[in-house]
Amino acid sequence: MTEMTARWFDLRLAAGRLVRRRRHARQTPIVPPANVAGRALTTVIAIMTFLASLTVGAVTLVSDSAGRWENDISREVTVQVKPEEGLDMAAALQRVRTIALGSAGVTDARILDDAATGRLLEPWLGKGVDLDELPVPRLVVIGIDAHHPPNFSALSQTITAAVPAAELDDHRGWVSRLVTMARAMVLAGIAVLSLVMIATILTVIFATRGAMSGNRQIIEVLHFVGARSGFIAGEFQRHFFRLGLFGALVGGSLAMLVFYGMSWWTETNRATPEADQISALFGSFAIDWQGYVGVVLLIATVAGLTAFTSRLTVIRQLEAIDMISPVEG
Amino acid sequence: MIRFENVGLRYDMGPEVLRDLSFEIRRQSFQFLTGPSGAGKTSLLRMLFLALKPTRGLITVLGKDVATLSRRDLPSIRRRIGVVFQDFRLLDHMTTYENVALPLRVRGREEASYRQDVVDLIKWVGLGERMNALPVVLSGGEKQRAAIARALIDQPDILLADEPTGNVDPPLARRLLRLFLELNRTGTAVVIATHDLGLMDQVDARRLILSDGRLDIYD
Repeated sequence: MTEMTARWFDLRLAAGRLVRRRRHARQTPIVPPANVAGRALTTVIAIMTFLASLTVGAVTLVSDSAGRWENDISREVTVQVKPEEGLDMAAALQRVRTIALGSAGVTDARILDDAATGRLLEPWLGKGVDLDELPVPRLVVIGIDAHHPPNFSALSQTITAAVPAAELDDHRGWVSRLVTMARAMVLAGIAVLSLVMIATILTVIFATRGAMSGNRQIIEVLHFVGARSGFIAGEFQRHFFRLGLFGALVGGSLAMLVFYGMSWWTETNRATPEADQISALFGSFAIDWQGYVGVVLLIATVAGLTAFTSRLTVIRQLEAIDMISPVEG
Repeated sequence: MIRFENVGLRYDMGPEVLRDLSFEIRRQSFQFLTGPSGAGKTSLLRMLFLALKPTRGLITVLGKDVATLSRRDLPSIRRRIGVVFQDFRLLDHMTTYENVALPLRVRGREEASYRQDVVDLIKWVGLGERMNALPVVLSGGEKQRAAIARALIDQPDILLADEPTGNVDPPLARRLLRLFLELNRTGTAVVIATHDLGLMDQVDARRLILSDGRLDIYD
């Protein structure tokens, strides 16, 4: 028991020594750690990083979706067989399918069966339509090798020669318009992102300079007690890097949470009409890894920019108070 | 240690505020710099601690012509010049101890190597009880003594003090003057800018009197 008590006291003494040593070692930072200007700067940085991160996410989402639309559409063409007097529709469809499968650059060809055609026509004709009684055009969907596409005009001619009622629709007019629109959307997204980035950079620069203006006296005092410019700039740079990094991390993390939340919402509400509409446009609404990497880069840029601006401001202020010539200055 | 030869100073395109200043601050000397308000005492002090370039003439500080000094050379020369500002310029978020230790800290020295020296100096200027107080709770006289201790901590070759007794009552002013004299006896050259005639009358020291931009010297 006595040994236990002695050991306990030893432990307390050692802890006390450690605390005292730490207290001595911890000096007040040369740049005051927290003040109103610093907190305002952190808040501004967090808000701007949040907005810029959302823009990065939105641009990657639009760019991915545009690429996907383009790919999906260029991967398929359809052949429409119009009903004509005396045409054996089933045989005509089968012939078209055989010709298509025999052509280079075609990966697959399938006849849209009665059930699928019925589903396509359901909004206009209602359920339970007997397709045999109605002169409805039928479709053969042809899968295309996107890397080695077939010669569409030759394919069209071969099909029409074999089945005069058949007509190949390669969606080219559609695709070109959609591609133009998708590219315009990506360009608009990049333009918006550039504007948001410029606004973020300017806001960070001005907010940092604003927060620095209160520190002019500290810079002067350090200067006149003989501190080298590199030392003073280093102290401020470290301090403002911490402020910038904290603000950017908060803003960027919130944006990533928003992305994650949206993706989770579309996943869990997959069956609802609202989610279907969103999925039709943007897939699962998930930001891919490039979006997240973009946000991480943004956080690093904002933190670096804050530190760099503070360094530049210190160096400018030092130049202004250092051996100024009254005529030049 | 500091030599002025035909030094003139003007701001922008205005008239010369200081004209044809020629004098020398010698090693271990003690002098007052005086003159009416607006005579240019602070401008002269700023030239003495290398914060202002003259518009003409030659200034030599510690054997170096200031016109040829690069910005890199300045810190090492400034470290040999202690300055006491009229408005103290203590850092408000630091204690008396930390303010006084600041010049050593910015030189990159380990705290353990100077802690005792700082404590001794703070006691010497009579602030032993205020070691851990922040400037906001110090009186004008206490701030003045903390600023003086900060200027002295690295044993400068020259001490420049701008109105060091401007904010204190006469007994404290006398005490501060004794402090400067004691410092001077230990080898530091001292320049005190003041317009307090009572203070100057207490010491038989050299007087540099500025009036109308010119300097008269009474040894």
